[in-house]
Amino acid sequence: MLAQRILSGDKRAAARLMTMVESGVEDATKELAELHVHTGNAHIIGITGPPGTGKSTMVDKLALDYRKKGRTVGIIAVDPSSPFTGGAFLGDRIRMLEASKDPEVFIRSMGSRNKLGGLARGTNDFIRILDAMGKDVILVETVGAGQSEVDIVKTAQTTIIVEIPGLGDDIQAVKAGILEIGDIFVVNKADRDGVERTVRELQAMLEMNPDKSGWQPPIFETIARDSKGIEDVTEGAMEHMEFLKKSGKFAKNLRMRTKAEFLEIIREELGEYIIEKKGKEEISGIIDRIAGRKLDPYTAADELLKELEN
Amino acid sequence: MERKIRVLVAKPGLDGHDRGAKVIARAFRDAGMEVIYTGLHQTPEMIVEAALQEDVDVIGLSLLSGAHMTLFPRVLELLKQNDAEDILVIGGGIIPEEDEKKLKAMGIAALYGPGAPTLEIVEQVTELVAKRHGDE
Repeated sequence: MLAQRILSGDKRAAARLMTMVESGVEDATKELAELHVHTGNAHIIGITGPPGTGKSTMVDKLALDYRKKGRTVGIIAVDPSSPFTGGAFLGDRIRMLEASKDPEVFIRSMGSRNKLGGLARGTNDFIRILDAMGKDVILVETVGAGQSEVDIVKTAQTTIIVEIPGLGDDIQAVKAGILEIGDIFVVNKADRDGVERTVRELQAMLEMNPDKSGWQPPIFETIARDSKGIEDVTEGAMEHMEFLKKSGKFAKNLRMRTKAEFLEIIREELGEYIIEKKGKEEISGIIDRIAGRKLDPYTAADELLKELEN
Repeated sequence: MERKIRVLVAKPGLDGHDRGAKVIARAFRDAGMEVIYTGLHQTPEMIVEAALQEDVDVIGLSLLSGAHMTLFPRVLELLKQNDAEDILVIGGGIIPEEDEKKLKAMGIAALYGPGAPTLEIVEQVTELVAKRHGDE
């Protein structure tokens, strides 16, 4: 059984189960079920932000810093999949050369599309596997363009938003509306022009923002490429975890995430059950009628449910 | 949901010419595969470790430096040590015919010279993976 091997730290078993999860292999859920009780220990940190801000390099350096502190690390690097071919060029590992040389760091690359239940669901299962494997810290790096940031909130305990100076007059994070979800803000490539301005703008935005109930998101300047400022970020993340635990937010956040995931799983299984019960051809026929305006989707769904109830 | 083919594309050793590797990586992606591109200066140890973590079906090594008779066999050896001989290894680069024969005898699944048509490579890789999985 893969689960037992994963619990004893077997990397190949972990990798295998991840593939099974992605391919929708049925047995995967049995293994995941067994892992569940052994999870809940890792610090799950999301790293997000606009493209080109040096997230991958930052993840590499953060991993190294955590390693110096004696923690083991798991990394999930998400890159966009082609909406047309379903293929993906997963190149984040290039920037994680140092971390990838460390046997206590497990790095897995993931394409963003075609995931059952969306990105958050797939990432959740990967996190579960890394957590059960014994990783102290799990860094999840995402694409940083729109929906995926919101997804990250659903899965991470601490969210780090990485910006760089001089991306125009307005901070990209504000444009994308993701300012609210950041627990820590980093202005990377801080050797470029416009750092102070970017920091000031961030400070101003954060001051205007709704109360984060006691946590004042810090803003750090870093040059990830040269490992400058990285220690501040890891310390900030550790402080955030302490805050979450002391304030009771950790438990609240855990329940929220558990609820979101569970409801999604039920919805999906129910949907599958209904389609199976009714039959693919019948469903296809219903869809044709809806498209042909002979039926509307809401009535169709109602009727289908009533039919199955009897 | 079908399983996507995952390919690791790496350039082992000191060779710095990566255009070929990038071209084939893109071709694989356009064919619907997930390509883990690890870039330059990879040691065989790093390549195999990455291959295991990423649970790839294929390792594609790009080598123009002439060190193929050391690097390819080393990768095969490491895969064997890690009980991962089910991972296919293919290679691209400048490899003399005699060495090609030796490498294939060792277990390298396919070798391509510079200018080999990417479509052909993609097709063959798809076939090789299908066969491999069919045997499981």
